[in-house]
Amino acid sequence: MSDLNQLESETLGAIAAAADEAALEAVRVGALGKKGSVSALLATLGKMSPDERKSAGAAINALKDKVGEALGARRSVLKEAALEARLASETVDVTLPVRENALERGRIHPISQVMDELTAIFADMGFSIAEGPDVESDDYNFTKLNFPAGHPAREMHDTFFFNPDASGERKLLRTHTSPVQVRTMLANKPPIRVICPGRTYRCDSDQTHTPMFHQVEGLVIDKGAHLGHLKWILEEFCKAFFEVPNVKMRFRPSFFPFTEPSMEVDIQCRRSGGEIRFGEGEDWLEILGCGMVHPNVLRNCGVDPDEYQGFAWGMGIDRIAMLKYGMPDLRPFFEADVRWLQHYGFRPLDLPTLAGGLSGA
Amino acid sequence: MKLTLSWLKDHLDTDASLDVIVETLTRIGLEVEGVDDPAKSLKDFVVGYVIEAKQHPNADRLRVCMVDTGAGAPVQVVCGAPNARTGLKSVFSPPGTYIPGKNITLGKGVIRGVESLGMLCSAAELQLSEDHDGIIELPDDAPVGARYVDYAKLADAVIDINLTPNRSDAAGVHGIARDLAAAGLGKLKEHAVRPAPAGFPCPVSVRLDFTADDTHLAPAFALRLVRGVKNGPSPEWMQKRLKAIGLRPINALVDITNYITFDRGRPLHVFDANNVKGDLVVRRARAGETVVALDGKTYELTPENVVIADENGVESIAGVMGGEHSGCDEATTDVLIESALWDPMNIARTGRGLGIVTDARYRFERGVDPAFCVPGAELATHFVLDLCGGQASDLVVVGDTSVTRPTIDFPFTEVKRLTGMELPAGDMVATLEKLGFAVASVTAERAQVTAPSWRPDIEGKADLVEEIVRIAGVDNVASTPFMRAESTVAGAILTPLQKRTRIARRALASQGLVEAVTWSFISADRAKLFGGGKPELSLANPIAAELSDMRPSLVPGLLAAVQRNADRGFGDVALFEVGQVFLGAGEKDQRMAAAAVRRGTAKTSGAGRHWSGKAAGVDVFDAKADAMAMLAALGVSMGGLQVVAGGPSFLHPGRSATLQFGPKNVIGWFGELHPRALEALDVSGPVCAFEVHLDELPAQKPKATRAKPKLDLSEFMPLERDFAFVVDRSVKAADIVRAAQGADKALIAGVEVFDVYEGPGVSDGQKSVAIAVRLQPRDKTLNEAEIEAVASRIVADVSKKTGGTLRG
Repeated sequence: MSDLNQLESETLGAIAAAADEAALEAVRVGALGKKGSVSALLATLGKMSPDERKSAGAAINALKDKVGEALGARRSVLKEAALEARLASETVDVTLPVRENALERGRIHPISQVMDELTAIFADMGFSIAEGPDVESDDYNFTKLNFPAGHPAREMHDTFFFNPDASGERKLLRTHTSPVQVRTMLANKPPIRVICPGRTYRCDSDQTHTPMFHQVEGLVIDKGAHLGHLKWILEEFCKAFFEVPNVKMRFRPSFFPFTEPSMEVDIQCRRSGGEIRFGEGEDWLEILGCGMVHPNVLRNCGVDPDEYQGFAWGMGIDRIAMLKYGMPDLRPFFEADVRWLQHYGFRPLDLPTLAGGLSGA
Repeated sequence: MKLTLSWLKDHLDTDASLDVIVETLTRIGLEVEGVDDPAKSLKDFVVGYVIEAKQHPNADRLRVCMVDTGAGAPVQVVCGAPNARTGLKSVFSPPGTYIPGKNITLGKGVIRGVESLGMLCSAAELQLSEDHDGIIELPDDAPVGARYVDYAKLADAVIDINLTPNRSDAAGVHGIARDLAAAGLGKLKEHAVRPAPAGFPCPVSVRLDFTADDTHLAPAFALRLVRGVKNGPSPEWMQKRLKAIGLRPINALVDITNYITFDRGRPLHVFDANNVKGDLVVRRARAGETVVALDGKTYELTPENVVIADENGVESIAGVMGGEHSGCDEATTDVLIESALWDPMNIARTGRGLGIVTDARYRFERGVDPAFCVPGAELATHFVLDLCGGQASDLVVVGDTSVTRPTIDFPFTEVKRLTGMELPAGDMVATLEKLGFAVASVTAERAQVTAPSWRPDIEGKADLVEEIVRIAGVDNVASTPFMRAESTVAGAILTPLQKRTRIARRALASQGLVEAVTWSFISADRAKLFGGGKPELSLANPIAAELSDMRPSLVPGLLAAVQRNADRGFGDVALFEVGQVFLGAGEKDQRMAAAAVRRGTAKTSGAGRHWSGKAAGVDVFDAKADAMAMLAALGVSMGGLQVVAGGPSFLHPGRSATLQFGPKNVIGWFGELHPRALEALDVSGPVCAFEVHLDELPAQKPKATRAKPKLDLSEFMPLERDFAFVVDRSVKAADIVRAAQGADKALIAGVEVFDVYEGPGVSDGQKSVAIAVRLQPRDKTLNEAEIEAVASRIVADVSKKTGGTLRG
């Protein structure tokens, strides 16, 4: 029996001493393998008398079970330790920076963003979007819009001209988006509701003017469309665009060759320290020009001014972007300085919707 | 157009305050741009008396003055003016005063160790003149402590109106007063002009020398001699008004013409009769004729210009500027007064052509009141006789000053139709009449309305509506909801190209690119390099030489932009633009392009050095990735898209490709820039770019249903087999992939290139391309023999199509 005890203590000792799974496996093979010490004892049972077998068998099997259990327990411990060791060895410095995601780096230019905002608002009011070429004819840019040849109003536009072509026609860069009105009326029967956003050009360059800028024009031609409707549309637009519950607007009579009556519109605001807030304050800021489409323009575009009437308005996209988002100067819009673009640009997925709020704020 | 409050009150009998007048002007369409009210801006300046001026102890050129300001104890002021002296009366400003000429607010100071509690002021500091040589010197009887503006009678506010080009009638104070009277702000003082006393026939005659086609160039010309005048400075009141609106007083005769120009919107000219030889002829200038004008400059004239000439030659550029030779000065004793009518278009062209901007041109090109041509001459004569004495001749008038304005049949409902505003017909008639319109045949429904002679801008009903509502107040038009026509959920409104443009922007920004908006025009050299530079797209009047030609591509502008950023120290830049490019001047020659440029290490995976890997330069595959990402986002079917090696000449020939749906449907390109192009553009590399014309992308076919096709899933496991082929270096990976794919179109679900190798183990001039082929069984699990059969076909097909061999 003392042999058995000794074997037990030796085997259990070896199990406890096994430093890793390989060593433990060696102990297992040494004890329970085909030629193992415990297996060898079991093999002796067959030669024993039934009585001997009964007592020795129980003891040997008990030993086998004990060893088996000890092996299992030790294996668990070792496995756990090995996992711990592996995990420890796999530790990394999680404070290392990952590469900036493309969605973090990418930017949408404020002009594009504002055009998307305009689209969201006016689509909801039932407007579609009309476009026209930047290189225009004198006829569409001026004559059809009731600018008489040689009139000082033409001169105020600081027009970029191309050289006359073989037929003597001199094309120009459109000075406003209004020729798109002409194109829309010539191509479509009333009722018409469009906005015409686009690039416009005037040969003028200083702190507040750039030779290229962006305008959005609105045009409504219908049987009953009048100034009161125009006011409502502009008020609703300003509230939606500037994302304020109320705006106060001031309409002033003015002059544009293509509208009659014509008005300029100021919006009430408060300026303080370079910041502008709308819907409050004492200051007036001019934001757009508008009016009833001039009967001559309607006639020039094949619309009977006694049957149909309508209104139009135009404003600077760059300018309303500056007012809403606080850029102090116009020139950097077109300088492509990445610092400016990163700062004033919009994230790729900041898609303006009415449901989600235009600026997502 | 500038005027002063007192000047306005010469024409308008009103009690209205300056604020009300200013507000009303803007409300009725005469927008006030600015008001300079000295009563406010100079209110803190008072008359001071220098009790004692002593030498400053520490500065040679400064004096320490004790000033009696009329309030309390004398104040110590350190003054640097050479004329600061004991006993002088001058203008004093206490600390806290805003000094307009210096744009500062005065504070208490210590100057070279001596306290200074205010300032004695020069005229320049009060912005009253350019004079800053010394402090203002006032007469001894100036009352100490009085407000200087009151004492000097400066309290006449100057109103600056931003006149719209249609309102030539408001280019004179009288016209502005008429508008204000119509708006209910008082009563217009009519100031009818009576003929001046005339005593002898005018010795100088005038001939309008025009062909029958040209008579419109000079419809009428009135002339009169006043002899025996004494020309000197004009009276102080007139000088003050002229100065207030920014004009420099010259002499009485010239000042009278300027005064009437602003008072009545009626430009005039005066000739020194002793320098006029013979009679006057009004005619087109002869080619090459020159004249030295009153500004001292010599102008070369063309037959486009109308002139007034005598036997000496050209004496005056009609309606624009007089000539120096016959100009009036202090020596003038006999003066010829001219009041004429000119063709607005011709005056505008002449002024523009010669580059002359004058108050006369401004009015003539907008259209002056023909009916005031003769009264203008009479008014000027009265002034000359009053201020300079002399005797006036009869007035010679040639041509026709009569005027016909159309009579407009005006239904009163027109106001409601166009504005939604309900006004009593009587109010409408009253407004029109106050503005000088003749209103006749008034019924309950309509009236016959004739515009006054001074309103050439009035053409039809809409103009009358404007007159009525601007006086009634456009702010009183009620805002009226204007709903969508259909009471349904709003439908889609964007065109396919508009949608593409928007998606392209978001897709490219999602690639980590930053959107730029660059000029539509670039330099001719750059345009030519990118296939543009056609004469029809070259501006006749560019704002700068480097902005002369419409861009044929977005890339040159983006390249210039990345280089500007690099020059500022931001070299790893990735920019894109979606915008118009110009292939010709025709309507259909404009395209919507999308382009991106990456520079330095601004790769699709990120820019700059990073601990996780090396910082490599951008290359053709970054450009390709951007292009493909955008096309994928646009839903372009990639099946038919061909990537053909090589592209435009500004690209690296071996690292560029053309994107096309067949040779006749090229949509764009991508690649690295050609080193020669970079050199020509002065851009340092590495730089890659792509550009696609969004208009050229195949249109998506409209579908009857929004439902997607049925999802077809196989229940059998897919399996993958790898092959490596050794091929010539020139063989395209795409050809290997296509050949492998074609080996069994039903079974092969995908082919990926996972390794490309050149080097030891592969002969020179060859490369190894490894592909993974994914097999997707459809109706049963494949056995080894079947797999082997497909594999053999793949090897055979690739070998046949590319000459490659399976790598051992």
